[in-house]
Amino acid sequence: MATQTATTSQFTRQLGRLYGTYTGGFLGFIILLAILEQVGVPNRIIGYLFVFFTLAIYAIIGVVTRTAQLSEYYVAGRRVPAFYNGMATGADWMSAASFVGMAGSLFLQGYDGIAWVLGWTGGFVLVSILVGPYLRKFGAYTVPDFMSHRFGGNFARFLAVIVLVSCSFTYVTAQIYGTGLIASRFLGMPFEIAVFAGLVGILACAMLGGMRAVTWTQIAQYIVLIVAYLTPIVILSTKHYGIPIPELTYGLAIQEITAREQELVRQGLAVLCTPENCAPGTLKPHIQPFTTWTPLNYFGIIFCMMVGTASLPHILMRYFTTPSVREARVSVGWSLFFIFLLYFSAPAYAAFSKLEVYTNIIGRDISQLRPWLFTWGELGLIQICGKNAVNLDTVIAACKAIAGHPGVVRFQDFVINTDVIVLSTPEIAGLPYVISGLVAAGGLAAALSTADGLLLAIANALSHDVYYKMLDPNAPTIRRLTVARVLLFFVAVIAAYLASTRPSDILAMVGWAFSLAMAGNFPALVLGIWWKRCTTLGAVFGIIAGFGLCLFYLVTSRYFPQAGVTYFGMTSLLNPETGKPLVNVAQIMADPKWLADVPASAVNPLNNRVGWFNLNNINCGLLGMPLGFVVMIVVSLLDKEPSKEMQAFVDEIRKPRGKTVLQEKD
Amino acid sequence: MSKESDQAHWGETTRLMLIHLGIWIFFGYIIHMLVHTLNKVSFLGFPFGFYMAAQGSLIVFVVMLFVFAKQQDNIDRKFGVAEDD
Repeated sequence: MATQTATTSQFTRQLGRLYGTYTGGFLGFIILLAILEQVGVPNRIIGYLFVFFTLAIYAIIGVVTRTAQLSEYYVAGRRVPAFYNGMATGADWMSAASFVGMAGSLFLQGYDGIAWVLGWTGGFVLVSILVGPYLRKFGAYTVPDFMSHRFGGNFARFLAVIVLVSCSFTYVTAQIYGTGLIASRFLGMPFEIAVFAGLVGILACAMLGGMRAVTWTQIAQYIVLIVAYLTPIVILSTKHYGIPIPELTYGLAIQEITAREQELVRQGLAVLCTPENCAPGTLKPHIQPFTTWTPLNYFGIIFCMMVGTASLPHILMRYFTTPSVREARVSVGWSLFFIFLLYFSAPAYAAFSKLEVYTNIIGRDISQLRPWLFTWGELGLIQICGKNAVNLDTVIAACKAIAGHPGVVRFQDFVINTDVIVLSTPEIAGLPYVISGLVAAGGLAAALSTADGLLLAIANALSHDVYYKMLDPNAPTIRRLTVARVLLFFVAVIAAYLASTRPSDILAMVGWAFSLAMAGNFPALVLGIWWKRCTTLGAVFGIIAGFGLCLFYLVTSRYFPQAGVTYFGMTSLLNPETGKPLVNVAQIMADPKWLADVPASAVNPLNNRVGWFNLNNINCGLLGMPLGFVVMIVVSLLDKEPSKEMQAFVDEIRKPRGKTVLQEKD
Repeated sequence: MSKESDQAHWGETTRLMLIHLGIWIFFGYIIHMLVHTLNKVSFLGFPFGFYMAAQGSLIVFVVMLFVFAKQQDNIDRKFGVAEDD
């Protein structure tokens, strides 16, 4: 025991040295590129160096940590210290959407956008107090492993695999799409080629070493992404307010925004969104709550994202890798700390960008527009007066074409894609290109690390749960590892192919993953641990009912609104600000092609227009999860009590002491 | 390990879980339902309701996770079910 402790702390120290050197090396690399830029190396080269250097590092880690042992492949040998597992979870958790998209949502939605920030952080409390440490004690390789052991075998396992695949696959597709988008924007590659370059980066990390390789690369990726996220905003804060802590100073920016909003309305440059008129193009004050979401949907998003966090397999499985139950708990704390560093900075990004837009674009004479926005206009991401802001002449011509245009940019003239907020901050702040390259590398790290975690979750469920546990329980180690790698490869290729076709619906379905995971997994996980009386029959019916209802609501309210209205009593959702119905239900019924004519919402393209209780479909977990709980409890009580062995098993996972319950042969 | 001791251990664990669940509900939801009222107060230049959503609750979540880990560990040690006892 004592020697083991000694080697553990030695291992931790060694990790500290390794990653310390790595961080120093990375900072040195940034400085080197900054010098190269100063001596005249072109931007394109700087961008390529950034991306290829970081990708090469991840690939090297991936190859060095290859393994031929099952426990290393599936759970990184269970010796990842809490602190480092926290960093890996941070990278696993924060996706391209967190890195690039979230600040943009906050920019557009103001206070209402904070639902995402709250929802994507608070769930870790549930992970720690309800689920994670107990699964660690159980000693599973995958989440379906637990379901099968607790709930009577392969049928429960099969259901859990279905839930896992349906919430992870769209998610991984969106991540690979994200790598393609970032690589193509910064390196000027064609998008389809960039997607497959991203695929190679993902496979290099995950394929040879499984969880072990992914863990150590995710830590490296976390360091890149957090440095990249914080650097521009810290510089911007220092420039604006003289204090390098943007999280403290953006309160001042918010005051200025609020003052400027009132000024714009007074000068007639913006129309305020009011209960009488809140059409697109009207101004929603930044700090005004419940303009984008009704209170029910605002709190619904927070709740679904939080509970979804505690149900998503690719997150839960990160806590299978710690050396002990205690470290699993501490590790959840570190995870949230590392995630927090990015999430509490995102609103600052939004505030600083908004201030820039409100002071230097809106209300300015058109001829004085700042040049940074034309680079994004060329990519179709910024529009002024209804045309892509390619250059000054285009903008002037477009605005002249509008009757009675005053010649200064009005609020309603300016449309910005949410992705631009983070990506353009270095340019807004007038920083050298090297910082833009850094941001690209950070976004890529965020997308790659999440893609790796998800891919591993899917491939492990297929290889361990479906192949080994259900099809061929006598397969030797070497064959199991081969099958795991082959499946990983194919899942990745299919996801990359799908991503390369730019499937808008699939990409927007990512938000659904949380509700689906919550409805399908959460009741069974929680009752499986916290209620001995929960039976196999109860769990099986509960999972089917909860997951089924959630899926039904998603699909019907979005794709079959007529059927929803005719057969299931759905009615139009209401506009959160005006309280008026979003659609005329009679019109839907008369026009079968109605869905095709509804413009996609920028906030949530798959938003439903009809439904129950004025509930957005992204919150379908609010329907599915309670039903899952009720069915599980009622059926369990009607069923006969679980066996003595099962109750002893539940007792065992509740105590940290002792060996893991499940002992996998290696 | 005796059955009574196990039950007592689980009783305290459950109590701790419920306390933290309560704090989570308060800082995850209840405080944000009061946003209109809280926004009348200014904190570090922020409207307070906005601040709590953008930063305050997050800080509480991070701190409470470390506190929870420590408290649960104390319970485990008290009943002799911690890993290295």
